[in-house]
Amino acid sequence: MATERTEIRRKRLEPIVFHTINTLLMSIVIIVMLYPFWNTVAVSFNNAQDTLRGGITFWPRAFSLYNYQTVFKNELLVIGFVNSILRTLLGTALGLLVAALVGYVLSRPEFLWRKFATYFFLVTMYVSAGLIPNYFLMKDLHMTNNFLVYILPTLVSVFNIIVMRSYIQTLPSSMVEAANIDGAGHFRCFFQIILPCCKPVLATIALWCAVWQWDSWFDTFIYCSSNTNLTTLQYEMMKLLSSAMNSATDRSAASIFGGNQLVDTVTPVSMRAAITVVASVPILLVYPFLQKYFVKGVTIGAVKG
Amino acid sequence: MSDHNPALQTLRAKIPKRENKWKIYVAQKELFIMIIPCMIITFIFCYLPLTGWIMAFENYLPYKGYLGSSWVGLDQFMFLLQNPIFWQTFRNTVCMSLLSLLFGFVCAIGFALLLNEMRVRVFKNFTQTISYLPHFLSWVIVCALVQGLFSTGVDGTLNNLLMSIGIIHKPILWLGDPKYFWWVNTFANIWKEVGWNSIIYLAAMSSIDPELYESCEIDGGNRFSKMWHITLPGIRTTILVLLIMNIGWVLNGYEFQYLAGNRGLVLDVSQTIDIFVLKYGIQLGNYSLATAAGIFKSVISIGLVAYTNHLAAKFDEGTLL
Repeated sequence: MATERTEIRRKRLEPIVFHTINTLLMSIVIIVMLYPFWNTVAVSFNNAQDTLRGGITFWPRAFSLYNYQTVFKNELLVIGFVNSILRTLLGTALGLLVAALVGYVLSRPEFLWRKFATYFFLVTMYVSAGLIPNYFLMKDLHMTNNFLVYILPTLVSVFNIIVMRSYIQTLPSSMVEAANIDGAGHFRCFFQIILPCCKPVLATIALWCAVWQWDSWFDTFIYCSSNTNLTTLQYEMMKLLSSAMNSATDRSAASIFGGNQLVDTVTPVSMRAAITVVASVPILLVYPFLQKYFVKGVTIGAVKG
Repeated sequence: MSDHNPALQTLRAKIPKRENKWKIYVAQKELFIMIIPCMIITFIFCYLPLTGWIMAFENYLPYKGYLGSSWVGLDQFMFLLQNPIFWQTFRNTVCMSLLSLLFGFVCAIGFALLLNEMRVRVFKNFTQTISYLPHFLSWVIVCALVQGLFSTGVDGTLNNLLMSIGIIHKPILWLGDPKYFWWVNTFANIWKEVGWNSIIYLAAMSSIDPELYESCEIDGGNRFSKMWHITLPGIRTTILVLLIMNIGWVLNGYEFQYLAGNRGLVLDVSQTIDIFVLKYGIQLGNYSLATAAGIFKSVISIGLVAYTNHLAAKFDEGTLL
């Protein structure tokens, strides 16, 4: 009797204990994921000189917008911001078009080159020439210090194509056939029948393209570092990061600005915080709304990839 | 899709059988118009640079061109394989990748398992949304955030935390000490991708037959035996496929290593093959050696993918190629 009762009590207690521990663990995960960014936002709104005293955690102590004013007064950063937006818009629009077109063609069973074209694209997923041959190619094509280097080389993304193709293949094939028999060409079929059905996967791919374009810094670093008109926000941030890392520690910077008077000034730490926020907020504002789409897109991509 | 597909038959039936292939091309001209520009772009940017591999067999000098530079055969590769700095970068790349791969897999699967057990929908969704956040940040930003977390300055979160608990008495130089760099890199990778990687496991878990859980419960299984005997075997194929996909990337990686580790004492442990190529090629102008290193990396990567794919096929699991 006694053991039975403890058994029942154990069974009733177990979910409570488990869910408490699980909730606690997940709360820790949330804090670990969110805190570094949250803290940076707090620092970015705090007076730069005050930040050097330390102790900023969740909220700014001496609220100031001066860091942001400095960021948006800096000519290079503004150029970088504009370029980042331009390449994101253009790269996303074109990348989406290419993925959708190629995905559609490869999903058509009657297409004469279907097998050849599929392998033609698939091979590039595994074989890449590497940095140096690409560098010389860009030089030969006069694409160094040229805005096109941001768009063209990564325009055709095999992964996106495969996701697109797999999604179109899940649509009933009778849709296209009926349209073909009615005399609609493939272009009409694509734009008027297939595309409207592909909104979830298009949203996913658009997000991937946009994130890729917005977050890139290496192509600016390699191909466009000598033309300040082509700089991007991430590259400017990278330059600031490496200069700050190579200079002395944050503490020694504090000694330069002695005294207790809070003066409007900027320090590498505060500049970095403000640029971090500017360089990540556009994406962070968008992704929660696309979550239900990209969860589906990732699943298609991995299963068929 | 097989060639016996009825849809295919009807569409091909529209084309008279005796006619030459040209008619089919004409009938499908729109499809060709759609795909050929994309194939040309792919050819230019993915296939054309492969001709640059010839540099690895020459003593390439830009002003002499591919045809004018002297042919040296496999000398660049011999020189590369005898170069201790190259082997150091090779070791760093493999070790850092494997650490991230191993702990990344364990963390993502563990996170997905725990998330799968959560019953309060709102909290579960909120946790998921927050866990994706770092995936959308660039490596530059991640590096800045990690630097803030591990800094020795007044705002170094981890050092402050450890000191307030009393585990350490003075700040540890996390980012400047070669001892810790691989682990900081592993942390950065997991922090960035754990939520994103768990998406796929959660999807796989949701497609497991609920009856299996019920029968396990009837057999007296508790929560953990359900996880071990049903959930984990249920996502085994997914784990394997992802493992194969990631094996091909083991020799890649430069972003965090270059951004956070390109200075001082940590150079010995932070430099990867990609950074070796960048430094010897673009910065020092030794193009042939850098290309040889790139080829070496590509060939091993392709071999690894092919081999793991072959292994998976042997065990009759899903394959990729």
